[in-house]
Amino acid sequence: MLQFPKWKIVMVLLVALCGAIWSAPNLLPRETTDRMPSWWQPVSLGLDLQGGSYLLLEVDTGYVKREHLSNLVEAFRTTLRKEKVKYADLGINGQNGVKVRIADETERERVRPELRKLDPEAQFDVSSDGLLTLTYGEPAMAKRINQAVEQSIGIVRRRVDELGTREPSIQRQGTDRIIVQLPGVKNPEHIKSLLGKTAKLTFHMVDDTASPEDAARGRIPPGSMLLPSVEKERGLPSQYVVRKRVEVGGDMLTDSQPTFQDGRPVVSFRFSVAGGKRFAETTAANAGKMLAIVLDDKVISAPRINEPILGGSGIISGSFSAQDAQDLSLLLRAGALPAPLQVLEERTVGPDLGADSIRAGAIASGVGLLLVVVFMVFIYGTLGALANVALVLNLIILLALMSVLGATLTLPGIAGIVLTMGMAVDANVLIYERMREEQRAGRSLISTVQVAFERAFGTILDANLTTLAAAALLFQFGSGPVRGFAVTLSLGLLSSMFTAIMVTRLMVATWIRLRRPKTLPL
Amino acid sequence: MSFYAHLIARTPKFDFVGKRIPAFVLTAALIIGTFVSIATRGFNFGIDFAGGILVEVQSIDGPANIANMRDVLGNLGLGEVSLQQFGESGRDVMVRVQKQDGDEKVQMAALAKVKDTLGNGYEYRRVEIVGPKVGDELKRDGVLAVILAVLAIAAYVWFRFEWQFGAGALIATFHDVVLTFGFFSITGMEFNLTSVAAILTIAGYSINDTVVIYDRVRENLRKYKTLSLYDLLNLAVNETLARTFLTVATVFVTVLALLLLGGDVLHGFAAAMLWGLVVGTFSSMYVAIPVLIYFKIRVGKDREEDETASQAMP
Repeated sequence: MLQFPKWKIVMVLLVALCGAIWSAPNLLPRETTDRMPSWWQPVSLGLDLQGGSYLLLEVDTGYVKREHLSNLVEAFRTTLRKEKVKYADLGINGQNGVKVRIADETERERVRPELRKLDPEAQFDVSSDGLLTLTYGEPAMAKRINQAVEQSIGIVRRRVDELGTREPSIQRQGTDRIIVQLPGVKNPEHIKSLLGKTAKLTFHMVDDTASPEDAARGRIPPGSMLLPSVEKERGLPSQYVVRKRVEVGGDMLTDSQPTFQDGRPVVSFRFSVAGGKRFAETTAANAGKMLAIVLDDKVISAPRINEPILGGSGIISGSFSAQDAQDLSLLLRAGALPAPLQVLEERTVGPDLGADSIRAGAIASGVGLLLVVVFMVFIYGTLGALANVALVLNLIILLALMSVLGATLTLPGIAGIVLTMGMAVDANVLIYERMREEQRAGRSLISTVQVAFERAFGTILDANLTTLAAAALLFQFGSGPVRGFAVTLSLGLLSSMFTAIMVTRLMVATWIRLRRPKTLPL
Repeated sequence: MSFYAHLIARTPKFDFVGKRIPAFVLTAALIIGTFVSIATRGFNFGIDFAGGILVEVQSIDGPANIANMRDVLGNLGLGEVSLQQFGESGRDVMVRVQKQDGDEKVQMAALAKVKDTLGNGYEYRRVEIVGPKVGDELKRDGVLAVILAVLAIAAYVWFRFEWQFGAGALIATFHDVVLTFGFFSITGMEFNLTSVAAILTIAGYSINDTVVIYDRVRENLRKYKTLSLYDLLNLAVNETLARTFLTVATVFVTVLALLLLGGDVLHGFAAAMLWGLVVGTFSSMYVAIPVLIYFKIRVGKDREEDETASQAMP
């Protein structure tokens, strides 16, 4: 019992040393640790402690579906017109498909392969009465939604990065959610408003065959649509009739910057080569007509084309403030979202409250530790002091583990640490109480220590594993700060098993060897 | 010899199992009381579960004029708006706005309205807004976590011991969880995500306690072949009583430190933990162990014999 294999002693000392090394950065000031290598950093603080904003966003997957299906309907229409086929009932069919009725059988058979080509992935059916349907299975739709979510994450990241936020974290959650964490952001309203815009920019020709007044009364020419205007100035129309056909889209932009023209804020843009060519063709063919610049189904402005624009760049003017121009150019640079995003949940903590929480947590931990230490010495004397050494080592290892694993310390996490202190000494109490019993039963000193550690081990293992089971479920189903609690509690329990069993045993054995007491002072 | 050794020089001889009927009656009464309270009073759900808006503001100069704030915020047509002044300086105010009818956009608009109305005289220390969708999901996840935790704990005990011990652990854990729910319902303390964490921690702590005593029961079953089950169970509780007392005491002092010094976010958690400590310890000694007497955990001897043996005792 008193003789320990060398490797065990070395291991305990090594673990203690590693613990000391990796927990050390937590004692240093922030400015110092910022210059340290990435493997030697203090534990990262949750947003509830360092201050910041947490946003849970949801991608409108219904929109993704609808958008995809209505694009397909338009593709059907174009193909059928090109082939000069008579058709009826063209439209979206239920949740996942498109339908069209072609009465003439020879026509139907002729055009069928063409329609099939529009999307070979979908299932294609023809009923006896001439109704063609194209239906997506769940996997095909899920794939499209997945693409849209992945794309949205990229756009969100670009928009957030453009704002110059410090160390933002953007992660996917589940099928259609995105978690955005912005450390140090006190007021996320601006970011929320930017993320809330789809920013789909399109250029359309204004349809001058119908006035907005006629269109408002329901007389919209086929292939055109009535769109509201964002213009707030008097004397300009509040609605426009524009062609549905997109001349050039915002996806063909390569750059956009806020600038000034005649002392007013405007947004300049530059097209890619292909986009520039399309833009030049459009403006050349439609000189003298009005070109509507449409953002998210609202007309920003509709300038008249005075001459062909061949340089591949242009300017969007409207009733912008300098901030509007800046935001719009940022959105255009970052790109359009494939579907609108909605903020489901927001949690923002100011830096002051975070600092207060850290202080309160530190004081509570310090006082808790002190109370436990005093209590253990009071009850167990020298052996209690040894247990206290194990307890402090346990805290050091816990802190080092969290730092190395990159676990996040939250306010409930601090509660987890405080609770761990109370529960960690339980292992020591179990061992010492067992010693007391065995000693009273008349065992020799060596045999008492031996038996106590052996018997207590099984109990400690069972007791801690059941608590770990509860902590694991908390991690699985908890969110944010509560997860932090589960992490500290679990790591604390694991390291307490090591310190209570290995370290305490080593210390008690060494103490007995050095002091050679006749009985244990229990 | 230390102070404590003088205090507990011998294994105590309390008759825990004999008090099982009054203990079960008390337990049943508390559980029924909990259900009555949940049915009539319900819970004071925080925004995690109920959805809505919580804003913690600090007035920049001087104490906040809460009457004025109540006035302007009450007239926004956002339904129930509750304000609560706290802290020593009187500058801190917690504003809670009920969940708005409609989707997430409506909630965000309501928050913007509150911020606009309060203006620039306040520092926003905390803003939380939970839409209806997330609130429902968090509620579902919380319930699921608690149920799974109780079952997982029972399954583990069953696996490590015998089914009878698993059943005992299940009853005891159920007892602790239900009574902690009752604590939140009766006190009207805010029930939020941290409360779920408290409940699971209590379940974990209490089973820790129970397992330590079960472990001793198992050991004694092997050691004392002739002892009646009644005496054997009592012996196990008494032998581990010193440990139970010490562990409760250490956890108690640390949780007390959290309660008094940990700040208002952890206040509810710490209060629930203190209650759970009492309930959990009670259930380990008076519920988890005595129920074993109704299960045949000993080969060769059965319940009747144990009962006779117990009656024979003075």
